[in-house]
Amino acid sequence: MSAFTVAQSAPTAVESILWIALPYVALAVMISGLVWRYRYDRFGWSTRSSQMYESRIMRIASPLFHYGIIAVGLGHVLGLLVPQSWTDAIGIDAHLYHSLTMPLSIAAGAATLVGFVALVARRRASALVFSRTTTNDKVMYLFLGAAILLGVFVSWYASGLVGEGHNYREDVSVWLRSVLIFQPQPEYMAQAPLGFQLHVVAGFLVFAAWPFTRLVHALSAPVQYVARPYIVYRSREPRSAGARTARRGWEPTRRD
Amino acid sequence: MKVMAQVGMVMNLDKCIGCHTCSVTCKQAWTNRDGVEYAWFNNVETRPGLGYPRTHEDQDRWKGGWELTRSGKLTLKQGGRLKRLATIFSNPLMPGVEDYYEPWTYDYDTLLSAPQGSTSPVAQPHSAITGKPMRITWSANWDDNLAGAPETAPEDPIVKKLHSDVNDKIRFEYEQAFMFYLPRICEHCLNPACVASCPSGAMYKRSEDGIVLVDQDACRGWRMCVTGCPYKKVFFNHATGKAEKCTMCYPRIEAGMPTICSETCVGRLRYLGLFLYDADKVTAAASVKNPRDLYEAQLDLILDPHDPEVQAAARRDGIAQDWIDAARKSPVYRLAKEFRVALPLHPEYRTMPMVWYIPPLSPVADALRETGHDAEDASNLFGALRSLRIPIEYLAELFTAGDVAPVLRSLDTLAAMRSFMRDHNLGNEAQPEIAEAVGQTPASILELYRLLAVAKYEDRYVVPAAHNEVAAELDSLACALDAVGGPGGEGPATVSADSFHVLKGVRAEQRTAATTSADVNLPHWDGKGVPLGMPTLRVRNDD
Repeated sequence: MSAFTVAQSAPTAVESILWIALPYVALAVMISGLVWRYRYDRFGWSTRSSQMYESRIMRIASPLFHYGIIAVGLGHVLGLLVPQSWTDAIGIDAHLYHSLTMPLSIAAGAATLVGFVALVARRRASALVFSRTTTNDKVMYLFLGAAILLGVFVSWYASGLVGEGHNYREDVSVWLRSVLIFQPQPEYMAQAPLGFQLHVVAGFLVFAAWPFTRLVHALSAPVQYVARPYIVYRSREPRSAGARTARRGWEPTRRD
Repeated sequence: MKVMAQVGMVMNLDKCIGCHTCSVTCKQAWTNRDGVEYAWFNNVETRPGLGYPRTHEDQDRWKGGWELTRSGKLTLKQGGRLKRLATIFSNPLMPGVEDYYEPWTYDYDTLLSAPQGSTSPVAQPHSAITGKPMRITWSANWDDNLAGAPETAPEDPIVKKLHSDVNDKIRFEYEQAFMFYLPRICEHCLNPACVASCPSGAMYKRSEDGIVLVDQDACRGWRMCVTGCPYKKVFFNHATGKAEKCTMCYPRIEAGMPTICSETCVGRLRYLGLFLYDADKVTAAASVKNPRDLYEAQLDLILDPHDPEVQAAARRDGIAQDWIDAARKSPVYRLAKEFRVALPLHPEYRTMPMVWYIPPLSPVADALRETGHDAEDASNLFGALRSLRIPIEYLAELFTAGDVAPVLRSLDTLAAMRSFMRDHNLGNEAQPEIAEAVGQTPASILELYRLLAVAKYEDRYVVPAAHNEVAAELDSLACALDAVGGPGGEGPATVSADSFHVLKGVRAEQRTAATTSADVNLPHWDGKGVPLGMPTLRVRNDD
């Protein structure tokens, strides 16, 4: 238990669902979904890049978004998983911490948001890209967009750019770590400002949707490439020899 | 020495009539699917011309293939590993659909459903990607037969290079133009830049036969291979998000049959066979300093299959005796290494390509004939080859990094054969000095003539069947009836080279029953009768 105590009344039903059930269900769906997808749909595991159709906007928007979201991800690890007591111990108090991280988080959030908006606008603006945008993509963009928008809002709120400022490391972070060590303390999240609550819900919904969307490509970042010999030789696989009945992606040309 | 076997191809450009049959059968076999409508694993280009995709040979722009660093180390032209990982979010060097062409189909239904009127109904082109009406402005062979050449051909990267190099003019006016066809497939290189570019490790070179393939389950769609391949023969399937490429029709090759492009080639200009090469020396050969030495370096990699030492080393490295025997009979070895008439395409890309070309003598011979000369006379031909600079230099830019000597040597040999054979066929006194002038003997000229002019199916395609001793145990022969069009229904059937022969019987049975399945199994078609799955109109009794 944290030394910092809050109202100790039993969590309401809504609080239990949102701050205990939701994260566990979402993470369980994510992990089992990823295992399922990797075992049964490795063929569908792809970036499904649309660069062939349109590259002028993508050339700028895609690196902006991706580098932004990588920085945002690292920021989340730092802000959520590193307890405040640790940074206090090395002499970085809450004020100094926030003045150090704020410019980075504002910049990363802005890059992510601008990149995301440009990529979605590109999807709509280019007829080729739009014609190959699936419903799955659109739903995923809705969830991801909501999470990003709320995330940028709470980072501004936390830093005091809008609203009075808020130290999320005293509630949201404590709650998340309590969830990750399987001793959930919903009361910390229940007292967090509404914006943070919405962002957390949107974030876990994205995690739950992850295995079933194009987002899976993030998990196959090809870092092993750096250490691999250039030319790959492989022996003929007995199973892959010969023709097969039409598999996914091998259907005849569309006739519409 | 590490001996490896490579399935190679030679195309005799003198015989190509540009009919595109190879492209069409290839498309029917491999790319008649959603997402690769625009892709032609085999395409036929008219040269001079822009090629497909447009200007793909301009490596200053597309950065395909390899280059040497200042210290002489071989590295990918598109940049080192870290640089390419850093640009993974938007590959800046990937051709867009506009560089290939936007694929289309026609609104054929209008032709049938239009109400009666005073004018004929017209089927409008519709984009195969968006499904919306579109204007056709380009295609894979839009500049076929030099169509629009005065406008487009000056943009041919090789023409541009020659303009700056020799400050000469290639003419595209009708009377002064020259042209020839260049059928292109994947080169199945010994040093494939696409394989080296793949961050996921999904692309590989098969150790048994050297065929370069993409593991569809491991590809993640990073598109680096499309950039890496200087021939632009890896395509991005925009529906599945995976890379796809020419497979050298491996299901057919494994069964000892030629590729579908070779099988259906009207001009019979394709040759298939094995090369034995020294895999240990590939990197060194690809790293020679002067690009003009790359052709020789590539030839040096190829081992003499008649040499007992090479045979012993091949056996030691696990190559079966029937493959070694096939390598000894390989027509591609004879044309590329013994006669040296077949040349690699763009050796300067340093990928060690394994599809070789016999350069066309026709543009030269035609020019001679049109100016009233005897195009079969050896001295006329030898002289013309040297005076008609532009075609030779153009060919040299294609096949020998600009070095005209090997191209001249190849064309001289063809010219000598042409001249020598005229005397031979007309019963004139043979002139051995014609053969000797190109370093051949009358006997070897006759052999070359047989290989180029009269070679039969089994002489042109010396493809040993794959060894399935291990595979056969795992293979589900019992499920052969589940194959495409078979009575077994939906389940994915594994059909290997061994079960191919079992399938033969099944096919014969099906041929007599009117099969009307929509799936046509061209890769497994033996060239006889009706391909499995093709609707048959009448009962056949030919088996």
